Amino acid sequence: MYKYDQYDQQMVDNRVEEFRDQVKRRLSGQITEDQFKPLRLMNGLYLQLHAYMLRVAIPYGTLDSRQMRMLAHIARKYDRDYGHFTTRQNLQFNWIKLEDTPDILAELATVEMHAIQTSGNCIRNISSDQYAGAAADEVADPRVWAELLRQWSTFHPEFSYLPRKFKIAVIASGEDRAAMRLHDIGIQLVERDGVLGGKIFVGGGMGRTPMIAHEIRDFVTADDLLSYVEACLRVYNRYGRRDNIYKARIKILLHEIGADAYREQVEQEFAHVKALGIDPPKAEFDRIAAMFAPPAFEADAPTELDRSDPDFALWLDQNVKPHKQAGYAIVNISLKPTGGIPGDATSAQIDLMADLAERYSFDELRITHAQNVVLPHVRSADLHAIWQRLDEAGLAPANLDLISDIIACPGLDYCSLANARSIPLAQKITERYSDPAKQRDIGELKLKISGCINACGHHHAGHIGILGVDKKGTENYQLLLGGSGAEDVSLGKITGPGFDEDGVVDAIERVTDKYLVVREDGERFIDTYRRVGMAPFKEAIYG
Amino acid sequence: MKLLTGNDLPTGDVIWWTGSGWSRHIEDAGDVADRGEAIGRAEESVQHVTGPYVIDAKITADGPRPAHIKDRIRALGPTVRPDLTLKPADPEAGSWVI
Repeated sequence: MYKYDQYDQQMVDNRVEEFRDQVKRRLSGQITEDQFKPLRLMNGLYLQLHAYMLRVAIPYGTLDSRQMRMLAHIARKYDRDYGHFTTRQNLQFNWIKLEDTPDILAELATVEMHAIQTSGNCIRNISSDQYAGAAADEVADPRVWAELLRQWSTFHPEFSYLPRKFKIAVIASGEDRAAMRLHDIGIQLVERDGVLGGKIFVGGGMGRTPMIAHEIRDFVTADDLLSYVEACLRVYNRYGRRDNIYKARIKILLHEIGADAYREQVEQEFAHVKALGIDPPKAEFDRIAAMFAPPAFEADAPTELDRSDPDFALWLDQNVKPHKQAGYAIVNISLKPTGGIPGDATSAQIDLMADLAERYSFDELRITHAQNVVLPHVRSADLHAIWQRLDEAGLAPANLDLISDIIACPGLDYCSLANARSIPLAQKITERYSDPAKQRDIGELKLKISGCINACGHHHAGHIGILGVDKKGTENYQLLLGGSGAEDVSLGKITGPGFDEDGVVDAIERVTDKYLVVREDGERFIDTYRRVGMAPFKEAIYG
Repeated sequence: MKLLTGNDLPTGDVIWWTGSGWSRHIEDAGDVADRGEAIGRAEESVQHVTGPYVIDAKITADGPRPAHIKDRIRALGPTVRPDLTLKPADPEAGSWVI
């Protein structure tokens, strides 16, 4: 895990004091809201439906127990005793007071955390694979590159006022666990002839105009990677539209000029940028990489597991993934209990997860884009003890990647942009599918709900997606089928006319019932949909 | 009827114009008729409120209620956490928001 050096710490500390002064001037009336708003947004502070919301950055979703406990502390002291883990691997507090915010940021800074660049038209939190450093299928730890990009992009003067917000994901496995091709830039680290490099994908994203990123380069050596990304940004910064907020993302630029024309511009710019020498010297890269060195795994950790407890065995099968090190496992903690709010955790639950990480997972936690938490390095021998502690705290639903493991945005219950509620729908769906056996029978099914067209709930990428819209003052829900944010990336298609809240839950059940009838052996829902198409499902839904 | 709402600057709390000041309870809100925008501008300039705006509402047996669901949720609290509504002690809190 990356640790701040004196420059990092000084920057963050200075920023806190700068913001403290800005808040003081706002509260005393020296500056207006129009003057203050861009300043608070630069510190991740939004004004939402009920209160101020503070979005705290968790770089590539990695944090330690000390940082996790600080999040619990802030939830308890300054909020209403809970935090909300987001689809950008961050954490949001929903009930923050402006007058408390400088103190909150100061407390965050004591554990090397902040809220810088969690809003605004800049490069946002770099996201990555939640299994980084633990997955057997990765060619390198992608967080080393994500961290390099974080250092390069934080306060980057040229990219602080881009046409729109900008999101980058880095993965290093064939299996895409970070929805890489639905980012403005997606980087897949690959090895070619023994040389590490990256495939570069540009122009993906969801929102009102969903697009899958184009492959712009099939291989850039790792030594050139930062220069190449800088070239990609420079071309966007030069040609991206600033006259229309809805056409300002890089995906629109690529759509308008074409991937080939964009690539040509990037290659020209890359030749220029490469001469500037911005790629890090080897010593600096090695310094960063050393902080992500594998922990001290036991070479002969026992691999046997007692599966005699059936509930434990179910959790093992669903939520625990293989680790690259024999005798170890990756634990997924589901924040999706039946009837719960996806991504919410109480301060007590956050503290418990911190305790478990400290004791059992080399002091590391990860946040996933699916709003769950991961303990990345757990001895197999400790799994039962962890499961028992999680179960006592309501954190052991054995539903990873099943229909109740729903991604949902905060929706109209909290968000000032939303047109419809998302959370009650997620609650009703989890209650409808509360039978664990039925969920497992259906198998892998990614269900994602957004309360508005901005798609924070990733509905375009859901095997089943739901988009809430405002229809003459009432909530209406459009159903989509066939999306995927994984390596088999695709965008969902709308089934037809929308539904009210109960109607869409019934429609989903008709979809899964149909799937159970028409699926072939070994097929997931998405496989069946791709084989049979929309028609049978549409018939099942609308008759 | 028309209500004037906004957010309290230091706390961010949702607040309502009562006719002579601001309240956190929509029950205290008063009809601003066509004077809402002018009151909002004046109040914003003296820092009491952030982002004041006028909404449509109607009088019900429970008091003034916003016409649109978004403003009702904003007035009364999230529908998914009764404990976080304006009246957390009310066991029916979650249902009366909508």
